[in-house]
Amino acid sequence: MIADGPIPLRVHDIESLSPSLKRFSLTALHGGELPTAAPGAHIMLTLRGPDRVMKNAYSLVSPAACRDRYQIIVRHVAQSRGGSAFLHQGIRPGDVIEAAPPVNLFPLSQSARKHLLIGGGIGITPLLSYLPLLKARGARFELHQISSAEDVGVFERLLAPFAPGQEIRIHGGGRGAFDLAGILSRQPLGTHLYVCGPRPLMDAAASTAAALGWPPGKVHKESFGEAAGGLPFKAILARRGIEIDVGETQTLLEAIEATGIAAPCLCRGGACGECRLPVIEGEVEHRDDFLSAEEKAAQSAVMTCVSRARSARLVIDF
Amino acid sequence: MTLQFKPNETFRSDFAYGKSDADLLRFPFPFPEDAYMYSVNIEPHVRGGPTAAFAHVFDIDEHYVAECRERALVLAEDPKRCQVLPHMEMAEWDTLELIMESLAADYPDHFSLTKAGDLWTWVNRPLGIQQSFTFGEAHTLPYGPFEYITRQAQGDFTLQDQRDDNLYVDGGMVTTQADWSLEFNIGMTFHEWHGPVPLAHEKGVFDRALKYLLRLQYGRPVRRLNWTITINPRLDTSPENYPVWGPDRTTVTSENVGEKVHLRVELQTLFRLPRSNAILFGIRCYLASVADLARVPKWRRRLHRVLRDLHPEIQAYKGLPRYRQMVLDHLAPFDDGAPTSPGIQSDLDAL
Ligand code: FES
Repeated sequence: MIADGPIPLRVHDIESLSPSLKRFSLTALHGGELPTAAPGAHIMLTLRGPDRVMKNAYSLVSPAACRDRYQIIVRHVAQSRGGSAFLHQGIRPGDVIEAAPPVNLFPLSQSARKHLLIGGGIGITPLLSYLPLLKARGARFELHQISSAEDVGVFERLLAPFAPGQEIRIHGGGRGAFDLAGILSRQPLGTHLYVCGPRPLMDAAASTAAALGWPPGKVHKESFGEAAGGLPFKAILARRGIEIDVGETQTLLEAIEATGIAAPCLCRGGACGECRLPVIEGEVEHRDDFLSAEEKAAQSAVMTCVSRARSARLVIDF
Repeated sequence: MTLQFKPNETFRSDFAYGKSDADLLRFPFPFPEDAYMYSVNIEPHVRGGPTAAFAHVFDIDEHYVAECRERALVLAEDPKRCQVLPHMEMAEWDTLELIMESLAADYPDHFSLTKAGDLWTWVNRPLGIQQSFTFGEAHTLPYGPFEYITRQAQGDFTLQDQRDDNLYVDGGMVTTQADWSLEFNIGMTFHEWHGPVPLAHEKGVFDRALKYLLRLQYGRPVRRLNWTITINPRLDTSPENYPVWGPDRTTVTSENVGEKVHLRVELQTLFRLPRSNAILFGIRCYLASVADLARVPKWRRRLHRVLRDLHPEIQAYKGLPRYRQMVLDHLAPFDDGAPTSPGIQSDLDAL
């Protein structure tokens, strides 16, 4: 599959699961099959609110075999004014939303002997996408969902189809009553841990696992990746005497290209060295794998495909 | 687009192989400038590029039917050319889905795929195959899903599992390879597999390539070209088969050098697979003789200059020294010293 740009989706159905949780089913606007989305994958939605455009990532809860729709579960936090609040309040069935093709930074290991899944709150969502596959494969797994008292019912309902005969437990007493170290220390060799939830839970799971001697390659934390973007800045192309605004979700290379100027590039991923341009003034936030540590420290060049300015202005010899 | 296949071509013994004019002009000539050095020459695999070989997700050309037959011959002699470790089963189905869906979408005259839930029907007209099967159930196919579909594809494929921030070669269909062996490499890490390529390690090429590939995203495949030299249009130059092809190298003379010596180009593509998170590595091999390449003015000038000025260590690694001078003598009269345009396109519409 070669992704040809964003995927337009139609909101097919919105289901209220609890006062704060809604499940959205999104189908391909122009019909046909959606790209296969694996367990653990997320999509980035572009949400056009009344006063701003937001980009939010959501884990898919629909199984990979499901090519006619993507499903996400979204929690609405009181007082929030972000993308999730907009989805809860401003989106109706029939509306059209754009999504980037699915990305998976939280895949299931193919060689684990056992899978230990720990979810905190809405962090249950990627785990829900794992369960059909683990069950279909007859894989050995154990799931612990940490929950506030009022959410126990909804998590029970979501997990019920997978529960018979499985080690699935919901801990309604929150983090405090949850024996993380106890669970980790009684796992057999070859177990992989997957944890998704609030950052403190993920960090605690990772550090507890490390303290108990788990190899880092067997501990997986949910991630939507480092944001490709960053703070906006101005790039000045000194030889051409022009000034370009680089937006939050744009790379420097994309911003130059958007003006119609062909800038050098090849891999577009910080590896090949092709897009290197000399820096005259300003501080670079280096994100590439091409420049050496000394070159980076010298602040005399920028790889436009991935790196950005740390300062408000970056003057480039181009 | 309807292709005229040449089903009677051979890549062994009598080497009944030739290129039509159109096939020569679509050749992915590997040198974008008049000099060559290793680099991380990876770019997004978008539809379209400097020659028609880049137009589709998987390129099919006039040699398709004959190459599939050659693959079947190699596998009959040596079934170990296709191996997949057991934990890669999900990646096998991912590969089958990707290749079937891509071929059906890109070449509707030749391939079709219909689905009724998990019941799929695949039609491959050039090979005369119609197969119904249940997606996800290997026993409904005559071979494992990876072997089944790569028997019907041009070029070699390997499957890389990603774990512990590395890539492991945990499967492959390898019958048209430049001198390397799946049997020897299976289970290896990225760096072990790339072994002793001179100069490339010092330049940090593999470290950067690995980091880049670990971040490879689904739906955003990448590609690069690699090249070497092969004597005769022989696809299977494996180490296992060395006794058969090794002696070819002694048969080059100044009379037959144009026809015997072939530039062997690999259009390498890398795809992130969705369910398994593995990487599918496609190694699509193209062969063009020096005489064929000499029909394209830009390419003959550039090939002459690249081989003339090639770093001695790279010459040795590519096995060139034995006949490099003969090739240079053959090409030198064609090189008038005129400048060449940047990029690999032929600059011709027809021959
Ligand atoms: S385009 Fe390759 S490093 Fe930027």
